[in-house]
Amino acid sequence: MGRKNNKIKNLFNGVGGAFIALIVMVVVLCVFTNTFATRLNLVNLLKQITCNCLLSFGLTCCLITGFPDLSVGSHVALATVEVCMYQNLGLSLEVSVLLTLIVGIIIGATNGFIFSRTEMPAYIVTLAMQNVLRGIAYVLTNGGAVIVENDVDRKFFNLANATILNWIPYSTLVLLVAFLIINTLLRRTVFGRHMYAVGGNSSTAIYSGIDVKNIRMIVFTISGFLASIAGVLTASRVYSGQPTTGVGFEGEAIASAVLGGVSFTGGVGTLSGSLIGILIMGVMSNGMNLLQINYYWQLVVKGIIILVAVYMDQVKRSKTK
Amino acid sequence: MGAEYIVEMRNINKSFYGAKVLHDVNFKVKAGEIRGLLGENGAGKSTMMRILNGIYSKDSGQIFVDGVEKHFSLPKDARDAKISFVHQEIALSGNLTIAQNMFLGLEKTKGKYFVDDASMRESAKASLESLNLNLDVDTLVGTLSVAQQQMVEIAKALMQDAKVLVLDEPTAALSEKEVRFLFRQMRRLKEKNVAVIFISHRLNEIQEITDSLTVLRDGRIIADGVPTQGLGSEEIIAMMVGRNVTQFYGSEKPHGTDEVVFEVKDLTNPVLDHISFQLRKGEILGFGGLVGAKRTELMSAIFGLDEIDSGELFLDGKKIVNKNPKQAIQNGFGLVSEDRKRNGLILVHSIARNLTLNVTSSFIHGIHYDKAKEKSIVDEYGNKLSIKMTGMEQLCQYLSGGNQQKVVIAKWLASNPKVLIMDEPTRGVDVGAKSEIYQLMSKLTSEGISIIMVSSELPELINISSRIAVMHEGKLSKIFEEEELARYGTDDLQKEIMFYATGERE
Repeated sequence: MGRKNNKIKNLFNGVGGAFIALIVMVVVLCVFTNTFATRLNLVNLLKQITCNCLLSFGLTCCLITGFPDLSVGSHVALATVEVCMYQNLGLSLEVSVLLTLIVGIIIGATNGFIFSRTEMPAYIVTLAMQNVLRGIAYVLTNGGAVIVENDVDRKFFNLANATILNWIPYSTLVLLVAFLIINTLLRRTVFGRHMYAVGGNSSTAIYSGIDVKNIRMIVFTISGFLASIAGVLTASRVYSGQPTTGVGFEGEAIASAVLGGVSFTGGVGTLSGSLIGILIMGVMSNGMNLLQINYYWQLVVKGIIILVAVYMDQVKRSKTK
Repeated sequence: MGAEYIVEMRNINKSFYGAKVLHDVNFKVKAGEIRGLLGENGAGKSTMMRILNGIYSKDSGQIFVDGVEKHFSLPKDARDAKISFVHQEIALSGNLTIAQNMFLGLEKTKGKYFVDDASMRESAKASLESLNLNLDVDTLVGTLSVAQQQMVEIAKALMQDAKVLVLDEPTAALSEKEVRFLFRQMRRLKEKNVAVIFISHRLNEIQEITDSLTVLRDGRIIADGVPTQGLGSEEIIAMMVGRNVTQFYGSEKPHGTDEVVFEVKDLTNPVLDHISFQLRKGEILGFGGLVGAKRTELMSAIFGLDEIDSGELFLDGKKIVNKNPKQAIQNGFGLVSEDRKRNGLILVHSIARNLTLNVTSSFIHGIHYDKAKEKSIVDEYGNKLSIKMTGMEQLCQYLSGGNQQKVVIAKWLASNPKVLIMDEPTRGVDVGAKSEIYQLMSKLTSEGISIIMVSSELPELINISSRIAVMHEGKLSKIFEEEELARYGTDDLQKEIMFYATGERE
């Protein structure tokens, strides 16, 4: 029992404040709305956080390794377009999804290749890629949405919208699997250790014989792969390919990770922490919708909460010195 | 004028969070005196100087400048009392010119808002000239050498007509030649009746340049104003550490066997010129030379960090290739870099993470993570090097310089090297930890590890090395064999090494 407690404590190490904030938000919403704690809303919440959750998992890997990936928002848009267009070309759903994911891996690897070989700053490389991907999405669709013409048995629709026993969306299972794999990667593998080392001090990592370029490339590839999954599920949820979607998603994904204690300067953070950050962002959006707060004001509130959270984290860090 | 002492600190006490750092400190300096301030890291030197500079406030006690009691609450107050401070780390902006830097925060103005460039350049020029520095005040500071930047700092400090100049480890980043230049400037200031307070970890420098010493230990003054002349290193060290360090450098130099472990043949790249040498089993081969002699570059080339154009490496008689650090580590090499914060440690990570960085795959197989084995590795090397830590999860950024260095050394020992390269192994480490590192090195050689040590501190080089190689501008100019070393007295040997290091002899 003691050992188990300890494990739980470790899991939430350093994100106690964020965890309490999450609980407070949930309690407040339960008290002040009669819609929050309903099956319909909770299922909806799970569907809503799917995209940000996958992107944020990717960004957690990137930030721990010491750089951001700003291309993920546009990447989601392109992937939604891709997965719909492939089906309209007559390919089966399975092949369409597979192709989208392969392209996602290629995009991520391209980011990683350019960054690791040229040593241009990652945010410049991925900012450029953000424009390229968004541009391609527009070119492919001429700026309009893509509707899937022949969705056999609504299989495509069901990807993100069907639920198990009316409670758990299938897409949530994807999140669960992604969490387990990435969490294991970070906590229990040599590769994960090396990610932290590269993010903590890349020069020291080089002196220790760690292949820094390779690690950066693989981590970008992971981020690209997760973004393409996020795109496929988003396309299913809105049941179309949307070249205009995903604007600012990278910001929300980074904010979730940082809220959960991932350091912006690299080398520090946990996936469980990020998960708490993701839930905070998700519950906050959901709650403000339920409280019928104007969307424009929601953006203002989100921004301020991020500032406060990061500031508190910084205060805590400087105290331990 | 007229007071006997230009600066006097009387019964100064200071505590941080209940821990007393300074106990009734009394400190007196005369005008025109060069005073060495000594003490281990944490002895209270910086705290004392920061109080004198108005950065910290004292809890009790008095400060007199030229016989008049002063109350400093801001660095500006100290500056107004003609006390100037040159910090250890250079605080200049590389993208500004010398003149702009010298007046940073003190800009002269025309009217209220407009910068008066002409007059600032004029004053900056005069200040540089007074130090005999031949530099254009419009040069960007970023293009200057470290020594020149240091001189600009000093010129800046003196510009306000300082009567007291505090130099906090000014020589840490300087080459031997640059140190000479700095010393000449210090003597010049002495002639102008400026009191110079000189903080340094290098005993030979203290012995050479200072008139008198103040020694601090555990926040107490052990000696104040003792004439430097006639004091030997041993006596000074004993004052600093409070115990008799007769065996400061370890009991006896390691000798090594006749067996050649590692051989470099004709190593050449753009900065290295046909370098060949042999390393024997269980010896410490010291590499001396001036800064810029390309010793670090040689080590980088051996370790696979830099490319090699031609030349061969042999380990135990077999030809090897170290294309990158990974291969070098697999071949049995370790490299303790000269800059531990940049290349040696991940400061935001724990001791455990840092110490096991090179051997992660010995306790993590796939997704099987053997925590007990990890702990046993940390315990083994933590004990072997007596690393002082609150626990293995303590972050390296909170460790002292000496303990950080021990973590770096431990990290390399954990990967079980045959050849350990140590580049400036005691840089920025206090005297106590220094001695521990020397003893450790000697112990390692007795366990069969062969060490290549790069050192810019001559006493260290002479007292630790089994043999000494000297480099000059990318060439290996001399290797002193054991018999040769035994023949010379310390002073003669220092001179001999300097001859080869400066290229006067080849």
